[in-house]
Amino acid sequence: MNAYPLRVNGVEHDVVDAWDGENLLYVLRERLGLPAAKAACEQGECGSCSVMVDGRLVCACLVLASSAIDADIVTPEGIQPSAHGELTPVQDAFVSEGAVQCGFCTPGLVMAVHDLLNREPAPSDLAVREALSGNLCRCTGYGRVLAAVNRAAHAAAAAR
Amino acid sequence: MAVLLPTTIDETLAALAATPAALVLAGGTDVMVDVNEGRRRPEHVVCLRRVETLRARSVENGTLVLGAATTYTELLEPEIAAVAPAITDAARTVGSPQIRNAGTIGGNLATASPAGDTLPVLLALGASVEIDGPAGRRRIALQDFLVGPKRSALEPGDLMIAVRIPIRRGPQEYLKVGTRNAMVIAVASLALVVDLDARTVGIGLGSVGPTAFLAAAAAEWLTPRLVWADDRVSLPQAADAATFAGLVAAAAQPIDDHRSTARYRTHAIEVMASRALRRAVQFGAPHRAAT
Repeated sequence: MNAYPLRVNGVEHDVVDAWDGENLLYVLRERLGLPAAKAACEQGECGSCSVMVDGRLVCACLVLASSAIDADIVTPEGIQPSAHGELTPVQDAFVSEGAVQCGFCTPGLVMAVHDLLNREPAPSDLAVREALSGNLCRCTGYGRVLAAVNRAAHAAAAAR
Repeated sequence: MAVLLPTTIDETLAALAATPAALVLAGGTDVMVDVNEGRRRPEHVVCLRRVETLRARSVENGTLVLGAATTYTELLEPEIAAVAPAITDAARTVGSPQIRNAGTIGGNLATASPAGDTLPVLLALGASVEIDGPAGRRRIALQDFLVGPKRSALEPGDLMIAVRIPIRRGPQEYLKVGTRNAMVIAVASLALVVDLDARTVGIGLGSVGPTAFLAAAAAEWLTPRLVWADDRVSLPQAADAATFAGLVAAAAQPIDDHRSTARYRTHAIEVMASRALRRAVQFGAPHRAAT
């Protein structure tokens, strides 16, 4: 096919003149100008390209983009409460706890934490570790990230 | 490349009949790695994402029937854990949440890696694979389906429909050795399934041979040495456990590779066999049954 549609963050896009074997990560970054999902291992090992496809957290690098033509795709750009630079409570917790060093893994981690807290608003420490087991950070280790998840969960509980 | 997105099994079979060399794409966690790295450039892809019936799960006359496109995450559901706990245990060790959300049991089988995490369990449970295609609808016992390293009995034009798993009452154990608890390909793995009604034991091994396989001789040696009760099984001679573990290790044919050594794998399999048996079976004289 010469063009196929993709619905990303609620917006319909046409992917034009692309090879049908391209993975979703490549299409998001190189064809649709959505660079928040990061390209690193391209074999599902690192989690830095985590996105939601039909409500499921997956590695965009392992999704054949041309097979996702009727799916609801949400990227890290799409979780913002508005277009005005506001942060989600999870992103805010990452900032407050200093859970970022180089920042490359952060969008994927944020997606994984959103997915976790949507499923399990008050996760145990072990549940958090399991939920983040597919997201690699090569700078800092994970202590601050775990603290950020804890902070986000508590903030959400306090707001309820 | 042409990508087809059928919505029913019949449409999928028709697509595969028209292009028998097509690549069948399920979760993509194996296939897309090859595509990304340029190792595979399929002309035709038949994608199973929209075929809802391939994700059906049911229990039929004591058999758990899992649609081939059931994901690992779906295998974690309490309804599966209640009837086949070792499948849930194995599924939980696969990759990461992202991988478990995409990867499927049918993909694990069709890839037929000796390290496939669900394979030792499905072998130990006595599972079979339901296939449709040019030769018609048929069932193949899993040990006959796994014909070689990364080679299955699937023929061009075939589609795996479901995995059929006998529901067995009794202890089930799954053990896996790797460098982490997540995102790891097994260095060695073992499943042990006790069936208290049939009074049989199944032992499946992974990553210690060209395919996952059954340690049938060790199971046959063990079974008559067990004392069976309705709700438990005992091994009166505790020393038999070591002999059993040695027989399981003797069945292994591991190799040295970048993940481990043959020597370590043999050692790990022996330890896992002993440990799984200890968890599943009461050692020493059987307790008198409660009255």
